[in-house]
Amino acid sequence: MGKKLGVYICGGCSIGESLDVARLMSVAQKEYQTPVCRTHPFLCGDEGLAIIRKDLAENGVDSVVIAACSPRMKSAAFNFNSGMIVERVNLREHVAWCHKERDEDTQMLAEDYLRMGISKAQKMEALEPLAEGISKALLVVGGGITGITAALEAAEADYDVVLVEKEPRLGGSLAGLQKLAPTHSPYTELEDNLVFAKIQEVSRHPKVKVFTSTRIVKTEGQPGIFDVTLQNGGAPFVQRVGAIVLATGAKPYDASKLAHLGYGASPDVVTGEQFEAMAAAGPLTRPSDGKPARSVLFVQCAGSRDPNHLPYCSAFCCMATLKQVDLVHQRSPETKTYIIYRDIITTGQYERYYAKVQNHPATFLLKGEVTGVRNHNGSGLQVEVKDTLLGEAVRIPADLVVLATGLVPNAADNDALRILRDAQATVRKNESATQRAEAEKTVAKLQCHAGTEILNLTYRQGSDLPVLQDGFPNSNFVCFPYETLRTGIYAAGAVRAPMDYARAQEDAAGAAMKAIQCVEMATRGQAVHPRAGDLSYPSFFLQRCTQCKRCTEECPFGSLDEDEKGTPKFNPYRCRRCGVCMGACPERIISFKNYSVDMIAGMIKAIQVPEEDEGKPRALLFMCENDAYPALDLAGMNHVTYDPNVRVIPLRCLGSLNIVWIADALSRGIDGVMLMGCKYGEDYQCHFAKGSEIANRRLENVKETLQRLQLEPERIEVWQFSIDEYGKLPQMIDKFMNRVRELGPNPYKGF
Amino acid sequence: MADARSSNGKSILVIGGGVAGLTTAIEAAEAGCQVILVEKSPFLGGRAVSFSLYFPKLCPPTCGFEINFRRIKNNPRITVLTQAELTSLTGAAGDYEATVKVAPRFVSEACTLCGDCAKACPVERPDDFNFGESKTKAAYLPHNMTYPAAYVIDRSVCPAGCKACVEACPYGAIDLNQGAQQKTFHVAAVVVATGWAPYDASKISNLGFGRFPNVVTNVMLERMAAVNGPTGGKILRPSDGKEPASIAFVQCAGSRDENHLPYCSSVCCSASLKHSTYIRSLYPDAQVTIFYIDVRTPGLLEDFRAKVATNGHLKLVKGKVGKIGEDPQTHDLWVTVEDVLAGRKTTQRFSLVVLATGMVPQTEGLPQGLPRDEFGFVTDGAPGFIGAGCVKRPEDVASSVRDATGAALKALQSAVRSAHHG
Repeated sequence: MGKKLGVYICGGCSIGESLDVARLMSVAQKEYQTPVCRTHPFLCGDEGLAIIRKDLAENGVDSVVIAACSPRMKSAAFNFNSGMIVERVNLREHVAWCHKERDEDTQMLAEDYLRMGISKAQKMEALEPLAEGISKALLVVGGGITGITAALEAAEADYDVVLVEKEPRLGGSLAGLQKLAPTHSPYTELEDNLVFAKIQEVSRHPKVKVFTSTRIVKTEGQPGIFDVTLQNGGAPFVQRVGAIVLATGAKPYDASKLAHLGYGASPDVVTGEQFEAMAAAGPLTRPSDGKPARSVLFVQCAGSRDPNHLPYCSAFCCMATLKQVDLVHQRSPETKTYIIYRDIITTGQYERYYAKVQNHPATFLLKGEVTGVRNHNGSGLQVEVKDTLLGEAVRIPADLVVLATGLVPNAADNDALRILRDAQATVRKNESATQRAEAEKTVAKLQCHAGTEILNLTYRQGSDLPVLQDGFPNSNFVCFPYETLRTGIYAAGAVRAPMDYARAQEDAAGAAMKAIQCVEMATRGQAVHPRAGDLSYPSFFLQRCTQCKRCTEECPFGSLDEDEKGTPKFNPYRCRRCGVCMGACPERIISFKNYSVDMIAGMIKAIQVPEEDEGKPRALLFMCENDAYPALDLAGMNHVTYDPNVRVIPLRCLGSLNIVWIADALSRGIDGVMLMGCKYGEDYQCHFAKGSEIANRRLENVKETLQRLQLEPERIEVWQFSIDEYGKLPQMIDKFMNRVRELGPNPYKGF
Repeated sequence: MADARSSNGKSILVIGGGVAGLTTAIEAAEAGCQVILVEKSPFLGGRAVSFSLYFPKLCPPTCGFEINFRRIKNNPRITVLTQAELTSLTGAAGDYEATVKVAPRFVSEACTLCGDCAKACPVERPDDFNFGESKTKAAYLPHNMTYPAAYVIDRSVCPAGCKACVEACPYGAIDLNQGAQQKTFHVAAVVVATGWAPYDASKISNLGFGRFPNVVTNVMLERMAAVNGPTGGKILRPSDGKEPASIAFVQCAGSRDENHLPYCSSVCCSASLKHSTYIRSLYPDAQVTIFYIDVRTPGLLEDFRAKVATNGHLKLVKGKVGKIGEDPQTHDLWVTVEDVLAGRKTTQRFSLVVLATGMVPQTEGLPQGLPRDEFGFVTDGAPGFIGAGCVKRPEDVASSVRDATGAALKALQSAVRSAHHG
């Protein structure tokens, strides 16, 4: 559309020595008639940049193709004013540094890359950022220590907060405790329970609206524009917020499942929570007969670290037990305390408290396993312990046995709830007897989840945050612990992962920060992590939509809802701009202004495919730009050579791969296609969670198509690839190319 | 009010460009804060960028750093100063004046990473990134994912009068006469994210580090295992470059020890379990023994312990290593352990011993008045100063990121308050 393209080719960093730049320029000028095409031996230097800026200012150039180093380099230098279309062509890391100098194949590679870049730039459009009215208020769900802290921290940064608690009072599980385990130097003295002061503070804070005895009826909308319907007895009412912190905490593991540790055998076997209540009420006595407890035995990992119960460590119980031992000794130093443990996990400075409590003369630690608890002739309990150090069975008399029960997150299992909801709908529709029977089975199996909804999101993909590990809606990422599958909704505290009250407060601040960041970025129309700052977003040409629902199903972030007919309803502020929907769409109706099916198809078309008799095969390599593409840059930096007949196309995520591109490539005579995405499965590395896995699934269908076309399925290969595997990359490419040569030319060449 | 947050609000200063500092800087900047990020080495990423893989996912750190560097590149609100140190800080919370000294890199932003300077450079220096286990030229790129992406010149080893790099650089990016710079910033808050250093293993004299070549530390092992490390990813015995057949890990090497570090270093148990997976994938038949007091894999890391412990070639033995001796002929090591399980002292032979050394807070050069605990870890309590990550307590990467994200909010609060007052 009246676009004026400038093509700038750098001759530096051995590009000029390796390639015939004059021939490259003639590709731009003759094949594409680009109005402006220049070269400079040091394009990113002041002089080179001045040439470009002058063209922008004086010659009306509004779209720029920079053929130089990798787009990962010199981004500041080649960043012109916003709104400018800039496409980078990687002639250095992917051409000059890894292929033979002054070689025909190297030159052909560079020329193809230039064609691909120009072709893409011609189709790219300037971005128009989203600009809706964004609420910067936050909703904090849960009024325990995590939720209160999140609310206060956000309010102190001047954000309005709506704090919702389902119980009549704030404080959560901490409200029942008098003293807390030490967290401050010298790490040996019990601390006053800070939750009471925090309850006061949050209740009085002018920026925080507190709603107790309140539940969330539904949460509609998207980040920046969430409408949350609340109910607390009276008529439901709506609060508009921009982002959400889920701080629903955890509950103790159901001790009735711990009969093997004596729970239920005697009233003198109690949980840690019951012990706290007893300690708060008065002197420690045996619940069975009210006699003073002269020996107390604590059983660690009661339910935790046990594949039959909770596979994880509950992270707070070792310190909680040490505190309870300390409480016992503060009242009565002679009372014997036993701790039966597998590992005492007191990390960091907490070790100091362990050392202190351990050194008390009446504390006895035994690494072992409780094998039985029985009443001992009416004079207390006898606990049988298998001593794992000595291999012997030991019997310990105890007046009171305290089970350090683990924690269970107060999370809703989104996927189970969604399956349940869909099955219930099938039962209601009652269209076929077999479907109905199947659905009824599903309903029976998942009925236990009914009513566990917390956020009640009106999302097509379910009512709550998906849970990832052991029932926690934790992030799967080491580097990005708040990363979430529902944009603008961040879990914090014990619902996110097992943690103690001290960590929960830090976690609350972190999640509140992410929520604040989300509303600020939404205000600027920007995407949040991992494409932080991206202003592009997809648009949907719905006239051609066939309601296949693939986009709504496959979006890893639940960005799309559906109307009754199944037409997708896009919520741009939920979108992370990965393009998975674009890859999913068989009708190719989903496009970004700077990334579309048509643009990539144009790049494929721009590749010159030599005739069969020239003996120059061509292969395409679709690469995830986050991991595989940088790895190929690193291979270039190491000057490792590989087959020059491969053409690389970076993708935002391999999940944005539209299989039509593969058909396009093969029908143009391209001999093979490689796909490189991130690792998937349980420990996925895909930054968009499911992208690479989805691409792999799509490929299954392609392989069938290939067989129908009588093309060998070996012409397509998909790899899971990690950024540190750059050393293997050149051989992987060469191996694939050798296989393609063995298969012979694509018979569709020249059609 | 919204504007106060972004434009009128004062900047925040983040000291330390490792995982914690980087996170605080990026998270705050994306929320609209202006951030000055000060790092004393020539590159960002701190210690974590030198690791081979992270536990529990066994994924490469560069994967996350690639994203984080991109977030910095795309964010005009962050000013990155490398080879920089805070030299003075005056004023009070909400209105500090910070002076930062930036040492010369001798290579400007014009550097294109072409590498001609290193090719021309005639001298070598020990590569501190690899704990001296390899060498670089005096004109060097610290590692292949270095950000900011520019070479560095170590002038301390340059021969007098040598200008080889200047002459070799086609882009005029090298200035050997570059001097140090002083920069002054007005900031609302200072986030201290200076991280940790490994405990000096040679102080634990009974464990033989420094005397016996095949006693290495966990951080050294991490570099050996890294594909961009001194051995290209191979774990080899320093004495003879051979593959080790049996490896012992000595947990709590210095940690949980009143004579050394009286606290637990939090990460070493998971790190050694991770290291056992490195060895397993390189040498499936090698025998690995981990000598421990407690295996501390808190929270969801328990899943990792459970998964790794299924390896038949891995033995977890509860016992404190009392002494390490060496067979002078083979340089094999004799490890004497109080095997609590068996109730006796045993001595076993290993071809490589890894000391799981702990973390020491790195607080050198920080303002005097900064409150710290008895071990040197930064504590809360000074208004306007916010600790983040391992300088506060020993912790793993995910926990550091969590903590640093919260620290960004504390800093943002100061910036917002200062905007109200200013």
